[in-house]
Amino acid sequence: MLRRLHRWPGLVALALVTILGLSGAALSVFPAAERIAAPQAEPGLTVATLADRIKAAYQGVEQIRRAPSGRITAYWFDQGAPGAAVIDPATGQGVVSADPSTAERWLTNLHRSLFLGDRGRIAMAAGAAAMLVLSLFGVAMVARRVGGWRHWFARARGPLAGRLHVEIARIAVAGLVLSSATALWMTASTFDLVPDGAAMPFFPAEVSGETGAAPGRMPVLRQTPVAELRELSFPYPGDATDVLTLSTDRGTGYLDQGTGALLAWADPTGWERVTETVYMLHTGQGAATLGVVLGLMALGVPAMGATGVLVWLAGGRGRPRIRGNAPAGRAETILLVGSEGGSTWGFAATLHAALTEAGQSVHVGPMSGFAPERHAGAERIILLAATYGEGAAPASAKGFLDRLRTLDRAPDIPLAVLGFGDRSFPAYCAFARAVAQAAKARAWPELLPLDTIDRQSPQDFARWGRGLGEALGIGLDLSHEPALPATERLTLVSRRDYGAEVQAPTAILRFALPRMTLWQRLVGAGFARFQAGDLIGILPEGSAVPRLYSLASARRDGFVEIVVSKHPGGLCSGQLTALEPGDTVTAFLRRNPGFRPGRGRAPLILIGAGTGIGPLAGITRGNARRRPIHLFFGMRHPESDFLYGEDVPAWQDERRLTRLVTAISRGARPHYVQDALRGDAVQIAQLVRDGTRVMVCGGRDMAAGVADALAEILAPSGLTPAVLKAEGRYVEDVY
Amino acid sequence: MRSLLATLALSTALTFPGLALARPVTLTTTLNTYGGDGAYLALYVTDASGAYVGSLWMAGGKSKYYEHLRDWYRATGGDQGQIDGITGASVGAGRRLEITLDLADAVFDAGYTLHVDAAVEDMRDSPNEVAVPLTTKGAGMPVAGRRYIANFRYDL
Repeated sequence: MLRRLHRWPGLVALALVTILGLSGAALSVFPAAERIAAPQAEPGLTVATLADRIKAAYQGVEQIRRAPSGRITAYWFDQGAPGAAVIDPATGQGVVSADPSTAERWLTNLHRSLFLGDRGRIAMAAGAAAMLVLSLFGVAMVARRVGGWRHWFARARGPLAGRLHVEIARIAVAGLVLSSATALWMTASTFDLVPDGAAMPFFPAEVSGETGAAPGRMPVLRQTPVAELRELSFPYPGDATDVLTLSTDRGTGYLDQGTGALLAWADPTGWERVTETVYMLHTGQGAATLGVVLGLMALGVPAMGATGVLVWLAGGRGRPRIRGNAPAGRAETILLVGSEGGSTWGFAATLHAALTEAGQSVHVGPMSGFAPERHAGAERIILLAATYGEGAAPASAKGFLDRLRTLDRAPDIPLAVLGFGDRSFPAYCAFARAVAQAAKARAWPELLPLDTIDRQSPQDFARWGRGLGEALGIGLDLSHEPALPATERLTLVSRRDYGAEVQAPTAILRFALPRMTLWQRLVGAGFARFQAGDLIGILPEGSAVPRLYSLASARRDGFVEIVVSKHPGGLCSGQLTALEPGDTVTAFLRRNPGFRPGRGRAPLILIGAGTGIGPLAGITRGNARRRPIHLFFGMRHPESDFLYGEDVPAWQDERRLTRLVTAISRGARPHYVQDALRGDAVQIAQLVRDGTRVMVCGGRDMAAGVADALAEILAPSGLTPAVLKAEGRYVEDVY
Repeated sequence: MRSLLATLALSTALTFPGLALARPVTLTTTLNTYGGDGAYLALYVTDASGAYVGSLWMAGGKSKYYEHLRDWYRATGGDQGQIDGITGASVGAGRRLEITLDLADAVFDAGYTLHVDAAVEDMRDSPNEVAVPLTTKGAGMPVAGRRYIANFRYDL
């Protein structure tokens, strides 16, 4: 709901808020420039003295105005010709022309009305209202995403567009709320919707009839400092019934031109003061620094518009149409989906199609519509559940857990839960886990144990599908690839082989960079920009499901490198390990922003086993800044599968690698990386306390073992892997 | 439409003793290219003693800015009733405002003066831009304004 309330006003108002933001940012410069350029009055200068000085310079002065910036302008008539100038209060002489800048006027009219008069003003007010709504719902979404207000400035994770959107928003949102709310007030004021009209004193019925008193003699003007002045108007020459009109911060009054006596006075109303404050906050006139800050924040609007559209395009391919959805009451299999951005619906559609093909009747619906009493004919319930932010229910699963808790007893229809998530988040599949736990607590029969899909991995999904097929006694082949990106042909240039002696044939495959179009180079699309740790999707012959491998090279290495071990019966690994130089494969690049060494000079602890060494070797090779790197590498036997073993001495000589610790699993005393970590506990604890970043790459079991070992090692210092993850100092790439 | 409205308003705003005959009068106000936003103009009539008699036209729709038409505002106290039905859009720099209305014969050659106050956002207020005696002889003679009005004339 929140997301929808944020998205639609955002897209509809995108053009308007972009114009508002850009023109507002440009306008914010003017008050500051005026403040700097305007000659300021000396402290203690009174209006009386100022008026005398100006009158000496310009006999026919009619009006003196002081802007909140301190700029003083005088208007006069000299022998029938009008004149105006910005005044230096020290001399009373004009310094520059007083005409408003054309650029400022043009921008102002664009900003408030698109040059369309009242209709344009209303449109722009609608834009401001949209910005306010967007800001408020956006704030609620950020709070939900980062897991509460206390974490407002916590590191954002996930794809770049969404991260940028949040990063900009949490800084700019305060300014945008202020600017849009004050804009609405100003529009209301322009259209007389707030009673903030100027309070004018009644014009005096009687004046002295004398003329010619010098302003410098008038007591009221002598008591009014220039800092409070807004406007002083002189009477018409020759009209003895006219008066001087004085406006200050404290009100407006009339002075007798012959005696200088105060004839009438009116204080501004409360409404008037509110509008003046709002005007100052919105325009920065009288608060130039604030204006510039607001202007900078307004620049975030187009950036957020662009990233917001990218987020929407990425997530919004959305919920696919389910063909032949069986009614809930008659289906044998009930698929309930908890999806936030829509990608989980794609998996549900694939599963629905495969099960239907296998002769099942299947109903697909959102988890929020969970109603076990409606599933009379159901033999199994399968939940496909994503997670929102730090463990919250995704949009289409709202209320599921509450509903489950209110049931007297769990349904006796067997349940399988499949979680979807991203391992770079500390709360990986947390909602699915919570659901599985709640089901277990209510003794809901289990069809399959909880399983998880990392970053929409088609392999994970296919593997889980085989398990489901076995449980149902049917062959189930799930091939799901959410919107395949554009692929390239990569040509193998060299290979290095390892591990044959330990029954783990593994190869380091090096491919030439594909030829790139100018456009790809310009925008960094595809293979035009990648780093070690990004992913490459390989489409093997005979399958539409790509396999993801971690890249062991960066773009500036000038080649694409991966480490592949041959799995018995593995289609893709079999084809890859059979490649000879000159052969080609079909591949695409997928970025993996969650698995990066990050900037800075803090040491790195890199932990990997088997083919997991690939991205870690790539990071080490690219360590041109000589950051201290401690590499923990698990292998079977150093004589056989010591991947990159020949490169290590050179890396150490060049100080790209500080230390290498190996763990050998084949031998009299099997030794794994987690054991190697424990053996080095003191130094690791010290490094982590000093701000080191930990990167783990390899199989699932190894990663779990490493997390346990680190938990033990860090326990005395009060740190946990979860805390490090939350700080972004512990990242995993696990398969 | 515009002249009809003006007629209706004038019959209430400008009541003259012995009002018998009226004739259509065209008021033409041409603005300078003063390099600013649209100008607010107030057209009104005072009698021989300088006392306010009634308003003929208000160019500019937002009452919050009327205080900048200083003489008109002072004379009327900003009373919206004075310009009911005779309000139009503000007039852009270099543009011309032409109004036709029925004025009583008695207004001419009787010491009445037609005034125009002008104001532009972020620029000086210009009350009494034009003050022209209403005489049959003066009809068709352009009068220059002080700041924003290039010339003003009335044609019988």
